Amino acid sequence: MDLPVLWAFILAFAVFAYVVLDGFDLGIGILFPLLRRGQQRDQAMNSVAPVWDGNETWLVLGGGGLMAAFPLAYAIIMPALYAPIIAMLLALVFRGVAFEFRWRDKAHEWFWDLSFAGGSLLATFAQGVTLGALLQGISVEGRAYAGGWWDWLSPFSLLTGASLVVGYALLGSTWLIMKTEGALQARAFRYARLAGIITIVCVAAVSLATPFLEEAYYERWFAWPHVLFTAQVPLLVVVAAAAYFFSLHRRYERLPFLLSLGLFALSMLGLGISIFPDIVPGAVTIEKAAAPDESLIFMLVGAVVLIPIVLSYTAYSYWVFRGKVGEEGYH
Amino acid sequence: MFDSFDALILARFQFAFTVSFHFIFPALTIGLASYLAVLEGLWLWTGRSVYLDLFHYWVKIFAINFAMGVVSGIVLSYQFGTNWSVFSDLAGPVVGPLMAYEVLTAFFLEAGFLGIMLFGLTRVGKGLHFTATLAVALGTLLSSFWILAANSWMQTPAGHVMNEVGQFVPQDWWQIIFTASFPYRLVHTVLGSYLTTALVVGAVGAWHLLRNRNNEGSRVMFAMAMGMLIVTAPIQIFVGDQHGLNTLEHQPVKIMAMEGHFESHPDGAPLYLFGLPDQEAGTMRYALAIPNLGSLILKHSLTAPMDGLDTVSREDWPPVAIVFWSFRIMVGLGMLMLTLGAVALLARMRGKLYDWPLLHRFAIVMGPAGFVAVIAGWVTTEVGRQPYTIYGLLRTADSVSPLDAPAVAASLIAFIVVYFAVFSVGVWYILRLMAHAPAPHESGLENDTTPIRTAGTTPVAAIAPDRTLGAEHRGE
Repeated sequence: MDLPVLWAFILAFAVFAYVVLDGFDLGIGILFPLLRRGQQRDQAMNSVAPVWDGNETWLVLGGGGLMAAFPLAYAIIMPALYAPIIAMLLALVFRGVAFEFRWRDKAHEWFWDLSFAGGSLLATFAQGVTLGALLQGISVEGRAYAGGWWDWLSPFSLLTGASLVVGYALLGSTWLIMKTEGALQARAFRYARLAGIITIVCVAAVSLATPFLEEAYYERWFAWPHVLFTAQVPLLVVVAAAAYFFSLHRRYERLPFLLSLGLFALSMLGLGISIFPDIVPGAVTIEKAAAPDESLIFMLVGAVVLIPIVLSYTAYSYWVFRGKVGEEGYH
Repeated sequence: MFDSFDALILARFQFAFTVSFHFIFPALTIGLASYLAVLEGLWLWTGRSVYLDLFHYWVKIFAINFAMGVVSGIVLSYQFGTNWSVFSDLAGPVVGPLMAYEVLTAFFLEAGFLGIMLFGLTRVGKGLHFTATLAVALGTLLSSFWILAANSWMQTPAGHVMNEVGQFVPQDWWQIIFTASFPYRLVHTVLGSYLTTALVVGAVGAWHLLRNRNNEGSRVMFAMAMGMLIVTAPIQIFVGDQHGLNTLEHQPVKIMAMEGHFESHPDGAPLYLFGLPDQEAGTMRYALAIPNLGSLILKHSLTAPMDGLDTVSREDWPPVAIVFWSFRIMVGLGMLMLTLGAVALLARMRGKLYDWPLLHRFAIVMGPAGFVAVIAGWVTTEVGRQPYTIYGLLRTADSVSPLDAPAVAASLIAFIVVYFAVFSVGVWYILRLMAHAPAPHESGLENDTTPIRTAGTTPVAAIAPDRTLGAEHRGE
């Protein structure tokens, strides 16, 4: 495997780590208005308070890593998706500070709850729109974005935006099943079932629409003999979905979360099949956007040594805060 | 209605705004993380509970400040692309990996151990908790290392070649990281953070000493802060001078702007104490100057000749007035910090450190001085680099994204409104925490029992959760 492709896989891993890790804590923000004020909301927030910052760091790695490994792609994608990216960043401000501010001002707790929920919802929606806008294609001339600043807006990007909101709500509710008990857990089971159903519908809708956006996507999915491999992806989604609903039915506490991670992994694999070997779909390939080998090798040394270390102390931190959140608080 | 010039100005203003706003938080985070590590270390070493109380006192402030630093920092990792896409494309192969190393070595370390540092003392025990605090402090320092390496490369680029599409291709990473200005910038910036923190801690200690000079926590934090100040301020002034000499060697035009030297001085340059630089006319109005002192400071000779901006093509001039004045603000505040440290030292020798209200008032006034000095220094070095993003190689006007002015204007307004609203509230919460005096058995974040705590997470709820909830939230 050559260096640019290897780096594409490393970045895909960073994006996946971000989506599943920040996905569940953004999901908790999305579900927040549905939870009872007081203990339920406190517990939900406390279940992610010690780890949200680490989760969001993967987003910084995604942005910084894209600039470092594929500067041309970064230079084209960011201006093209200007509005949704700025919206996401501002929304993350509201939601991030709410973790601390909420506990400092009882009189205005309602405002920071709103800020946490609204920020999570908008950040997620903007991320989904970003994905859709990327998939539907970006107009490029030379080494720069050549479209207007509303190009990202389309029915398809709104669909992906809404889909991601439901998907993160799925991750958030299954996380709560794992981390809580009693009334809050019972609620989480209900939300998980509903979010699961809508997520499957959304995955199906996006999957059906995608191959028809670009001829290349269609080819990558349905050309013989590719189809022998690609057909496994929707089949596995069906299997994972069935297992997911079964696990909810049997009231398993950890399995629903793990299976929803599996659904995200399969969706990500599906996206990879559609896009590869491009990095700006339909416009720029991984090879063309890649930074010079000198940059990629320098970072590879760091990534190979540091990512496993990062993963191990992240795992340690999750282990320290393992188990049900219960009634103890962190603030 | 809008032309590309407007989009450039707006993009620059937006970036300057978000970067400067962001810088305020790490300026305190870096120093406070080290201070917290020292406090916890002293607690473990001496067993004196006052150090643990102070740790708990400051860790609550640290948590709010850190959260604001994180969310304002995430913005930046994307704004390089949204606002400076051409710069990102061309310089990404050099600057990008440095920032990737910052994420991998620093941000993950801070974030990974922050949870344990804030909430984990009872879960992991003292030794591991201290390790977590040290890891967070180390993370903040590593972060400074990498981001200042990137910034220094943009100031004094080295170690690269250009490829056929105009990209900067790394050749020698050692040269790229350790550029000519990097060691000076790194030491100067980290010391700036330490001074900022010492001034904040000192002001809070002084505020509470004015009310109760016998509070042990106030006494300890004030003494530590003043001790830090008297040691660090002179070192910082020396380092700043060395940094200036380095800039004279590698970025002489920036020094001309800092000094307001529009004209060359073949027989020794003056030091302007005051003046209104007139960029159009290329002259200093209402100048108040000490003859030949400029040459003495920068060249260590009264009569050393110094070139002025008249030797430089006008299109290469930075905005002189901004650089001239931001530099003076920074230096002036530095002198005041030294004065405060000296007065505190005098008070200590006379045994009046804790009961000299005038000293305490002085320390309170100086509380925010570090932030102002850090931002002023940042403006000096960044605006002094203009009109280039990569000094001498890539112009700011050629770095900008192909954006429409209305898009940048709309997001600029959004940033200004959101940042002022959200971060003012955050600062208000910090000030409210500072307003209460450090108490024996100060509560930490894990078992915070102040009235602002929610009912749902108190032990009372553990005994009868439904009753507590029902009483508080019957409406639902």
